[in-house]
Amino acid sequence: MTAQAGSASALDRPGAGGAGLEFCAMTKTYPGVRALQDVSFTVRPGSVHALLGENGAGKSTLLKTLSGAHLPTGGHLRIDGREALFHNTADAIAAGVAVIYQELHLVPQLSVAENLFLGHLPARGGIVDRRTLRENTIQQLRRFGEDIGPGTLVARLSIGQRQMIEIAKALSRGARMIAFDEPTSSLSAREIEKMFKVIDQLKRQNCAILYVTHRMEEVFRICDAGTVLRDGRHVVTWDPMRGVSQHEVVKAMVGRELKDIYNYRPRAQRSIVPPAIEVKNLLGPGISAPVSFSVRQGEILGLFGLVGAGRSELMKLVFGAERRVQGSILVDGRELRIDRPADAIRAGIVLCPEDRKKEGIVPIRSIMENINLSARRNHVAMGLVVRNRWERENASQKVKQLGIKTPGLMQLIRNLSGGNQQKVILARWLSEQVKVILLDEPTRGIDVGAKSEIYSIIYRLAEQGVGVVVVSSDLPEVLGVADRIMVMRKGQVVAALDRAAATPEKMLALALPMSSETTSGDVAGADNNRAATAAGR
Amino acid sequence: MSEDILTTNRPEPPAAGASSSAAPPWIRGQLGNWLEQAGMLAILAILVIVCSVTVNDFFTLRNLDSLLLAVSTVGMISCTMLFCLASGNFDLSVGTIVPCAGVVAALMINKSDSILIGILAGLGFGALVGLVNGIVVAKCKINALITTLATYQIVKGLAFIFSGGKSVGITRQAFFSLGNAAWPVVRDVHHRLIFQLTTPVWICMGCFLFFGFLLQRTTFGRNTLAIGGNEEAARLAGINVARIKILIFVMQGIVAAMAGVVLASRMTSGQPKSSDGLELQVISACVLGGVSLTGGIGRMSFVIAGVFIMGVVQNAMNLKNVDPFYQYVVSGTILLLAVLFDRVKQTRTGAAI
Repeated sequence: MTAQAGSASALDRPGAGGAGLEFCAMTKTYPGVRALQDVSFTVRPGSVHALLGENGAGKSTLLKTLSGAHLPTGGHLRIDGREALFHNTADAIAAGVAVIYQELHLVPQLSVAENLFLGHLPARGGIVDRRTLRENTIQQLRRFGEDIGPGTLVARLSIGQRQMIEIAKALSRGARMIAFDEPTSSLSAREIEKMFKVIDQLKRQNCAILYVTHRMEEVFRICDAGTVLRDGRHVVTWDPMRGVSQHEVVKAMVGRELKDIYNYRPRAQRSIVPPAIEVKNLLGPGISAPVSFSVRQGEILGLFGLVGAGRSELMKLVFGAERRVQGSILVDGRELRIDRPADAIRAGIVLCPEDRKKEGIVPIRSIMENINLSARRNHVAMGLVVRNRWERENASQKVKQLGIKTPGLMQLIRNLSGGNQQKVILARWLSEQVKVILLDEPTRGIDVGAKSEIYSIIYRLAEQGVGVVVVSSDLPEVLGVADRIMVMRKGQVVAALDRAAATPEKMLALALPMSSETTSGDVAGADNNRAATAAGR
Repeated sequence: MSEDILTTNRPEPPAAGASSSAAPPWIRGQLGNWLEQAGMLAILAILVIVCSVTVNDFFTLRNLDSLLLAVSTVGMISCTMLFCLASGNFDLSVGTIVPCAGVVAALMINKSDSILIGILAGLGFGALVGLVNGIVVAKCKINALITTLATYQIVKGLAFIFSGGKSVGITRQAFFSLGNAAWPVVRDVHHRLIFQLTTPVWICMGCFLFFGFLLQRTTFGRNTLAIGGNEEAARLAGINVARIKILIFVMQGIVAAMAGVVLASRMTSGQPKSSDGLELQVISACVLGGVSLTGGIGRMSFVIAGVFIMGVVQNAMNLKNVDPFYQYVVSGTILLLAVLFDRVKQTRTGAAI
């Protein structure tokens, strides 16, 4: 049942016709990260092939090599038996390959017809032939049973309709190999059914379809074959997929023992430890019901929830980056007036924001500058002049303590890897007198090695009495590092569980908008995976 | 592993060890910076040498004197424009603050018969315009280009309204020394002037020093660059972004007004129509020197280089009697080349600026 990847599995299916799309030893390395390593498998024509894996498993990287966005460092593709490498999107289109992304590449201000034929509008002498354009569009759309006027602006269409346009666009360019990147993630139930019908149609037209998803029920419903990636490596390919259980799939995706990277260190929890921070009845933008919670000194509180549950909003409220409507914040038992981040920082509350690039780093400034951004206000002469010596000493000390890998302090921060950038932000806050540190998705987009280092820094902080909040939509991460876990759903806190009491099933049931879905253990397991990975995107 | 990572709870970290390990990479970085800075200054030096050889009367003390005086107005305003651009903003209104502040100062001197009140009124007017710019940009989050384009026109109108459209002659003779007094004055035996440094030149050099220090060495200046580099990150690092922006615009207004008052003194009257296109000259000079229009990158040395490159080219063209119509074409071309040069440099460099 479980066959290793390779063309052999495709060849023993008679009547498949052609070799379809083959990935041969695909490898892609970015500075410091090996995103793909020796990945080989085959997508047969006339089949739907699921591509499965956790966040960071290498699925998106693989799609990027397929669409021509990235050139692989090693390996190649084989299309109908011919070796191929795509240097740009035009190459991929010419070879009959199309990748349909989650964020659709349509121009909302243009009409359906113009989008459909973007780049090759029917024209005579440079003047667009409107009639042909219209007729061709209607003809294309009819294949999908879509009744959309060719002149409609794309901005007016639903996500589902836009996706259809995207597929029609691919087909109008002669695509025979189509990769979908989580196509149903933002569709309604009815639109999903329609999408499945279209995919079935494509399959019968002998297209080779690669289908990336986190939804187990979809995999078992529409996919004929499946491949699992983990940490950039090929784990297994099932072809056919019949008879494979959800449990097997999940096991292949998760693979490693969680303990390996989290390396949780239990700390002696004395019950009389005073709270580092107490939040009472906090209400503000993105929060739908007053929130109260506290974090003890030396405690790591996990904050779990799906995207849009209000976690980041809550952190920004506590940090004073958003205006609160009501509520109070107490540090060391004293109520604080926190109107802006500067007030929070002065009180010892700091935030490592979710979007490191947009909210964390100043990309065009040096590492030293980024480390000292906040704390230098405390190290000035005459209230204004920065002490150069302090700046150098503090920065080099932090670089050493946190193991930031950089050729020098004057290096631009944008030249560092994600993990090192995150360490620089941590270094910025460790230059302050921290009592409470709020970490919003601290390991997003960071490779496994750097993740472990960040966790170790988190434990060290907790051991020194800092109250830590770790916000994450990665369920294994929350379960792996937190002493206590708070779950948010739709802008409110729905529960707080102790580490020992928290199970993935329980937390997901709490975090998902509709808990009625999770009835049998098997489904819960699938949902677990979907939420844990989908939410991390 | 149990190493204390909250070491800064001590007020001053120990100097031993940390500094010795930090010095080599820092020095390497600094060296890189010097080379970076030298970029435009080197071009300025080459330009001066070329002009000295090819243009008669260029390399003389007398010409140095007039060159310095000619760049002084643009020089002063470029200092604060540097802050504006470095924070990711823009200020066009300086182009009309200069004449209007001159008119205000002239009117108030005549009215109050006090030079001090006149000067303060001029500067106060500039500060007020800057405050309006700053509040609209920082608090109401309106694009700085649009905001200052609006205040540019408003102030232009005010200058004509205040003056009635005519130049305002100044009655107090003592005021003229602000623009015309000189020290030191060097004359030859026939009492002919060889060299002098006039007040506007001294004020301009003072601005270079003061604002250069402010940008590089103070929290205010460094936070300005951080805001230009990533405003949201700066805000979340506890920097009061709105306050800094407002201060920058107020500073810009005051310095532009100071330039205007000095100019009025040089011209012995407040001229509502003077300084056409000054704002673009100032921005050109900054960009020419390598200040980034998108914010986050800027140094005073860049500005000095930019101001003098523009000044030298114009000066040389004047000495060569180049038709003023052609001068515009040349200035524009130089700006374009400088920006292209900068683009090439930016894609190659990895070191911090």
